[in-house]
Amino acid sequence: MNIVIIGHVDHGKSTVIGRLLADTGSLPEGRLESVKESCRRNAKPFEYAFLLDALKDEQSQGITIDTARCFFRSDFRDYIIIDAPGHIEFLKNMITGASRAEAALLVIDAREGIQENSKRHGHMAAMLGIRQVTVLVNKMDLVDYREEVFSDLRDEYTAYLRHLDLTPLSFIPVSARDGENIAEHSLRMPWYSGHTVLRQLDLFRSAEDASGAHFRFPVQDIYKFTGSNDDRRIVAGTVLAGSIEVGENVVFQPSGKQSVIRSVESFNTPSKRSAGAGQAAGFTLETQLYIRPGEIMLKVSEPSCEVGSRFRANVFWLGRAPLVKGREYKLKVGTARVAVKLAEINNTLDSSDLVFSRSKQQLDCRDVGECIFETVRPVAFDTVSTNEATGRFVVVDNYEIAGGGIILENLSSGQTPLQRHISERERHWEYGMVRLSEREHANGHRAKFILFTGSRGSGKRSLAKQLEQELFSRKLHVYYLGLAALEHGLDADLGYHEDHADERLRRIGELARILTDTGLIFIAVADDADDYAIEVLRQLNAPNEVLVVAVGDHLLSRFSPDLQIPAGTDDSAAVERLNGMLATREIIADYHI
Amino acid sequence: MKTYHMDHLDRLESQSIYILREAYREFKSLCMLWSIGKDSTVLLWLARKAFFGHVPIPLVHIDTRYKIPEMIEYRDRVAIEWNLNMIYGENRDAIEEKRTFPDGNTDRITCCRHLKSEALKKTLSGQWPRFRMDHSLRKYVPDESRTPYTGVIAGVRADEEGSRSKERYFSPRDSENSWDVGDQPPEFWNQFKTDFAPGTHVRIHPLLDWTELNVWEYIGRENIPLVSLYFNRGNGTRYRSLGCFPCTTPIESEAATVSEIIAELADGRLSSVAERSGRAQDREDGGGLETLRRDGYM
Repeated sequence: MNIVIIGHVDHGKSTVIGRLLADTGSLPEGRLESVKESCRRNAKPFEYAFLLDALKDEQSQGITIDTARCFFRSDFRDYIIIDAPGHIEFLKNMITGASRAEAALLVIDAREGIQENSKRHGHMAAMLGIRQVTVLVNKMDLVDYREEVFSDLRDEYTAYLRHLDLTPLSFIPVSARDGENIAEHSLRMPWYSGHTVLRQLDLFRSAEDASGAHFRFPVQDIYKFTGSNDDRRIVAGTVLAGSIEVGENVVFQPSGKQSVIRSVESFNTPSKRSAGAGQAAGFTLETQLYIRPGEIMLKVSEPSCEVGSRFRANVFWLGRAPLVKGREYKLKVGTARVAVKLAEINNTLDSSDLVFSRSKQQLDCRDVGECIFETVRPVAFDTVSTNEATGRFVVVDNYEIAGGGIILENLSSGQTPLQRHISERERHWEYGMVRLSEREHANGHRAKFILFTGSRGSGKRSLAKQLEQELFSRKLHVYYLGLAALEHGLDADLGYHEDHADERLRRIGELARILTDTGLIFIAVADDADDYAIEVLRQLNAPNEVLVVAVGDHLLSRFSPDLQIPAGTDDSAAVERLNGMLATREIIADYHI
Repeated sequence: MKTYHMDHLDRLESQSIYILREAYREFKSLCMLWSIGKDSTVLLWLARKAFFGHVPIPLVHIDTRYKIPEMIEYRDRVAIEWNLNMIYGENRDAIEEKRTFPDGNTDRITCCRHLKSEALKKTLSGQWPRFRMDHSLRKYVPDESRTPYTGVIAGVRADEEGSRSKERYFSPRDSENSWDVGDQPPEFWNQFKTDFAPGTHVRIHPLLDWTELNVWEYIGRENIPLVSLYFNRGNGTRYRSLGCFPCTTPIESEAATVSEIIAELADGRLSSVAERSGRAQDREDGGGLETLRRDGYM
């Protein structure tokens, strides 16, 4: 099992690994002795971290410059520990290491607490889709093994990670230097009853067995070694998910060509009739097809993958040159390679200072962003929620892998008219010289669309107006719009016909998009808005955000409101709750986003 | 639903095959280094797995003329049996001018540099002659091709020593063969650096995640024929790592079969001895193999 160990510089990652290796007897004795001897010679105290500092220039700088792998075996299984560098300069090495991991150990210094990298690496783990994270609160010896130091840190970091949709499996207080809670339970921390690090490693779930998932076989190559008197035409690749047997019907995407599996090919094994997830395999087909490397072979009997040339993705950029619109890059997704262009940037996060932006026009080195990409021809892929392995891609710029990402949504085929409309609108949106982030900075608060909903007579309208009054008195830029006013103004051309409901909704959404783009907190009230209406408004208002406040009974089921105020709540108490939510969200804005 | 249980060796094999196929697909001018040792022989076997019994990639061996003679006999026997596109290169000038150890006026490291690093560099680039096995004549003839190899597959393992643990599966080298350890391209998931600028090449390491024990377990499982030097042939010694005879010494061991070697590795008798401890040049290179490695040594 691949485990990555991440965390801030000097918080003790290498020491944790050194200790794990030593305590499980996974270290050649000679290594330990020779490092100790060299320390004696140089009159410096021995540290477990030295075991890993294998490279000369690494020792001279005192930081891990690249991911190093070490191997050890617990009573339960084999591990490859990937030691990812904490230093920002080596972010791409950290990502290289972490992208191979099935679980992560995140190390935090008990004295220093949550540092920049603790946050950044949390983001990266979330972004790379590592769901199994255990946090080691290290150097407990330096805080006298006090429980409250541990529990405060645990609470603070849990709250931070929650914003990233990441819930750590566990927190373990350790002193890696002294081996406390590494392989053996610490006698110095009797208040801690959880697992040791070693036990926690054994409890991590191995990469989910993908045999039960839908069959995915990206075609890596087509082999025909006629020169060596071999007439087999073999479709080669690795089964990423599911399984298949001789005789099953298959379809290749994006070409849509179909055939039947004739044989499963292999060398130096008993003859095979099937192949499953994880196996490097080869197949011959009943019919001669011209298929190309990069297509995905699927089962006809199962749901297809996505095929398209426009998709929304989270990407992080490590290139020397920025990721810019209009320039042609090479996309590698599954086994496909195709020319790609960046079409849109929805938002960005600078991973060095953790500053969030909705208005950047390019991704600089170490930026993470939600973007839209367009390929020159259709490719086959999955969204990352359907299948991780076919939902990840890299972008090559000038011979180098410069970025990597996960696909969130196929925007090409099956795109709704609304989505087409919005992408068209965003494409043609003309910005002035002032960016939204600059407005927000000048205003001292974030732009937001706050929508009140609930049944008639729940008091939401008066509440919305009071909120406006309250925010205005605090010198925030806020505006309440009674939507009834639109009937005789903006919507005067529509009349009262039901058929125009979508158009009314669209206009509200467009209005919100414009007003929030001015930096405003825009407040509106809609009677009995349902999931559909909220979703349409959310999309229309994008890339800006909508906050939904439900007052009393409401019709929302899939969409959960950001705040629920019970009917009959005293107005001033309700305003206070609203204030509280905004404060929390603003903190998120300054702090986390 | 059928379950497809894969053990650790299955997973290692599968990943190595994926990397080999990726290399074969992306590099028009590709070769595989075969040192005759156990690791690169496992690599050769994995190529037969990846390409369904064939080896569609030329195998390059750097001969120093100091190789233990059994190694060369074994090389040529296997090359003929498996119908390999076998190539060798050498530093003819250094050998003839005796710029070698111990009979020349040079130390071990410099000898390695002449006979291995430089010979490798110039053979890969096509600057020096290459010799190709002619299967109809069953002997080596000068190879007409001088095309530089842009993809070079090598059997490097991360657990061998420190600097190798920092390698990537696909690792770029500039025109001087040098390796910038501090500035390596990222590898995301299973996407590797398969694009390269003119004048540069990429080293490909399908065995990076294998340990010495994994290699032996796989040799046993697949019944891969190895050169006999790895086994005790009655005198209580065997080689653990193979090289040139002036700089390579066998270890004391009774292990005469693959399973005895696995038992020997597993019971920890050798755990305090580095795998390459019989390779004298390592000890002269204070930083492990690093000085040689930066300079293009495998």
